[in-house]
Amino acid sequence: MSLKQLVKGLWKENPVFCLVLGLCPTLAVSNALENGLAMGVAATFVLICSSIIISLIAKKIPNEIRIPAYIVVIATFVTIASLFMAALLPELNKALGIYVPLIVVNCIILGRAEAFASRNNIKDSALDALGMGLGFTIALIIISSIREILGTGKIILFGLQTIRLPIEPAMMFILPSGALLVMGLLLSLFSALKQNKKPLKANCCIEEDK
Amino acid sequence: MENLLAIIIGAIFVNNFILTRFLGLCPFFGVSRKTSSALGMGFAVVFVMTLASMSTWLIYNLVLIPLKVEYLQIVTFILVIATLVQLVELFLKKTNEALYKALGIYLPLITTNCAVLGVAFLNVQENYGFIASTVFGASAGIGFTLALFLMSGIRERLDLAKVPKAFQGVPIAFIIASLMSLAFLAFSGMIR
Repeated sequence: MSLKQLVKGLWKENPVFCLVLGLCPTLAVSNALENGLAMGVAATFVLICSSIIISLIAKKIPNEIRIPAYIVVIATFVTIASLFMAALLPELNKALGIYVPLIVVNCIILGRAEAFASRNNIKDSALDALGMGLGFTIALIIISSIREILGTGKIILFGLQTIRLPIEPAMMFILPSGALLVMGLLLSLFSALKQNKKPLKANCCIEEDK
Repeated sequence: MENLLAIIIGAIFVNNFILTRFLGLCPFFGVSRKTSSALGMGFAVVFVMTLASMSTWLIYNLVLIPLKVEYLQIVTFILVIATLVQLVELFLKKTNEALYKALGIYLPLITTNCAVLGVAFLNVQENYGFIASTVFGASAGIGFTLALFLMSGIRERLDLAKVPKAFQGVPIAFIIASLMSLAFLAFSGMIR
């Protein structure tokens, strides 16, 4: 049972590829593997901590003010993460820029708080958060390695050059337009693999007005 | 004056919020099916972004800096923006029925829009003054509206096109956005 909570975030309900959530950071910081990895780890940390706290306090919060309360909890952990990052990894913090504080409006985190953590016990919530966080991180790793290798011809991780392609790099892939292209192709690949009866729909916090 | 012009051109074309900064992608894909709703959402965003830039600037510079608690900016900004959106909604409901009807349904969606929060963080990061922040907020909103409007026009046409099955829905919208972003790249030479 609990293992199911963990695994579903990786494939069946992958937050990026299947639920199409958390797009802004996914596209913005995936220009290099290192940046994508850092964003994934930071978001996973915030996701796990806030899910645990929210599942603990959810029953005590009046229903009307639950969203502001969740946001304050999330914002607190984002502040912790961004202070840690600024102190320990100043270079990376600079590369990620405003996208670190923007983790606070990442729909994945508020979405899991509202849809899962507020209704389940701590253990399931923590596992669900870990699974979703890993799913998000894996998606970022996939997108950012594709972009880095096609855009620069090599992958640099922790200052070490790991892979080098004998091809002329296409700069477009590390530019914003490359992010959208790679994401579009990956989404269509997922949609073909899962053989969805209905086409993919963006369900990020909002729905199309009728 | 030239400085403000550079901010305006920069926010609308060169560093377009959607197409180069990826802020506000959710409404970009969610509310871009019809031109009319795209425009409504766009105006609501311009309105809220301008007010949010002004109020977060005031709070950051008059409250957080004097008290030396700049590290609280994430918590403060998101609460200020959420409150602001609520206030605007209440105010419009009481005073201007027509405008409320036009923008009302989009306002709640804006609270969790990363573009509005992004504008507040960018104002701090770029160290803009009060006027510059306000102008930056307004032009970022206009750039957002421009991209949303163009996208909705294309997507209305797309309904008639035959899209391969795997690309239907969101994937094809990403490919279109990628081509739009490539086109906007041509503006990047406009500012040093």
